[in-house]
Amino acid sequence: MKGLKIIVLAKQVPDTRNVGKDAMKADGTVNRAALEAIFNPEDLHALEQALRVKDRVKGSTVTILTMGPGRAAEVIREGMYRGADNGYLLTDRKFAGSDTLATSYAIGQAVRNLEPFDILFAGRQAIDGDTAQVGPQVAEKLGIPQVTYAEEVIDIKPKELRIKRRLERGVEVVAAPMPVLITVHSSAPSCRPRNARLVMKFKHAKTVSELQDAAEDYLELYNTRTYLKIKEWSADDIKVDDKALGLSGSPTKVKKIENVVFKAKESKVLSNSDADMDDLMKELIENHTIG
Amino acid sequence: MNNIFVYCEIEDSTIADVSLELLTKARSLALQLGCKVEAVALGSELNGIEKELFSYGADVVHVGDDKRLSPFLTLPHTSVIKALFEQEKPQIGLFGATSVGRDLAPRIASALKSGLTADCTSLEIGDHYEKKTDTTYKNLLYQIRPAFGGNIVATIINPDTRPQLATVREGVMKKEVRPDPSKGEVKTIDVDTFLSDTDMVVKIIERHIENRKVNIKNAGIIVAGGYGVGSRGNFKLLYDLAEVLGAEVGGSRAAVDAGFIEHERQIGQTGVTVRPKLYIACGISGQIQHRAGMADSSMVISVNTDPNAPINQIADYVIIGDVAEILPKMIRYYKKNSK
Repeated sequence: MKGLKIIVLAKQVPDTRNVGKDAMKADGTVNRAALEAIFNPEDLHALEQALRVKDRVKGSTVTILTMGPGRAAEVIREGMYRGADNGYLLTDRKFAGSDTLATSYAIGQAVRNLEPFDILFAGRQAIDGDTAQVGPQVAEKLGIPQVTYAEEVIDIKPKELRIKRRLERGVEVVAAPMPVLITVHSSAPSCRPRNARLVMKFKHAKTVSELQDAAEDYLELYNTRTYLKIKEWSADDIKVDDKALGLSGSPTKVKKIENVVFKAKESKVLSNSDADMDDLMKELIENHTIG
Repeated sequence: MNNIFVYCEIEDSTIADVSLELLTKARSLALQLGCKVEAVALGSELNGIEKELFSYGADVVHVGDDKRLSPFLTLPHTSVIKALFEQEKPQIGLFGATSVGRDLAPRIASALKSGLTADCTSLEIGDHYEKKTDTTYKNLLYQIRPAFGGNIVATIINPDTRPQLATVREGVMKKEVRPDPSKGEVKTIDVDTFLSDTDMVVKIIERHIENRKVNIKNAGIIVAGGYGVGSRGNFKLLYDLAEVLGAEVGGSRAAVDAGFIEHERQIGQTGVTVRPKLYIACGISGQIQHRAGMADSSMVISVNTDPNAPINQIADYVIIGDVAEILPKMIRYYKKNSK
């Protein structure tokens, strides 16, 4: 079987799972600067599935594609430390403010700009938006089938994949032809750790923008070792209609952002004494809450 | 024309709760908008499916009955819904935020180039004034959802594209049989004209769907535990209390992540939303994401060693102390007083 061309869609996200007090500004908006930027967790599960396919089918390659600001190149390096072959950073002010439709349009155009692929992996959803929309929308833009909520690629045939899906109330195994887009669920195996040898090899990989601060001796290294070049694409590089990007390409608008407010109750504070527990139970039984 | 369409999820000829909840909600939105509610039922052997859909609020039921539409597959369902929406031009299209709805709705939104909001917890009708263009939009769908890991709530609108599409979380809206059920009209979808071979390229090889074993969503009393319970072993105390009270046991995400309790019992934004008459929170600090899933409980008792735990702010009773000590006492004094 010939090697497969695999693309992993990955996103750098603020770590919304660990939001401290200083993460919210007084006006109720999010202070992104106070949150650590991380590799979106389910995208790491997606990367692992991609690397497992690469391990099984000799000659396969894994390419990371990410869209975001310049610092999102970190996601590509993290991917390469774990076994990805190369990566593309899609970055342009024109993408700012894109909702999922505009984002999937841009990513779809970028994928068309790459060489033909067999499998596109992505995390099911990103923890900053939790929408799970970009995967299916990219599949639609590319006119290929999608398999969402995937847990494992269980079999690889020359023209078909068998994929196990994790649904709310069970599992499903589907057969899908390639090319296909697969979104991977958090119940899938975790991503392998960084490989020390690959960290040494790729830690100096940079995008063109990152080169601006590089020293002269580094440039010499960079120019002789092509694997250190992380490709960077702007909107113009991927043949897009600017009107379909950013705010103008986004049908959804945020009308309002509010803090989550719960109506505080006046609570009765009890001790763990027998008398208090006795009284509480009497009260609950009397007012028919229990019993 | 320009009605509210609800995609109804069907598994083994049973309509998903979330779809009935959506019909109930769509009914109240339709009253405000002066339009009708149309349900879409795709599957096979759907004879008589319309009755339940009418009783929960549909005025019209579109039935697409074809072997190729059951079990659910993305591509054939997308093709049928896309064609139906292009023909009927709904102003609003609603889906459950389930593994079906969240697979299907984005594909349809992309095909129709319409705006879609995921995982809404509330839907309202309202106006919007756009300063830049000095335009006032009347009667838009306000799609309200938690964002940023549940730390904020965002109201999203789709001013210019139709239909306005949203997926809605299960259990956050109430299903109610309509007091004045409409006689209703059944419209048959000519599935054949919408499907082609290319829609059938993905095949289901195996499928194991289980009926839900736990039913915390509809429980009257819930005993829920958090990370503060300490161990899977300590959770036994919660099951003991639940047994004497006739309650179900739930857990916070932290307790699920720590392996104290299984995922299907998770309460909160990424789990189930509950509104029991009594919620006993044991060792739960009460992150926003957890409170969002239980704040509508009629009565809340918090058992916590920390007097400043956020959950105490929304509790009717706060018992300061250790779960391992307090729960056995609750059981003892319940037994004593209930006789």
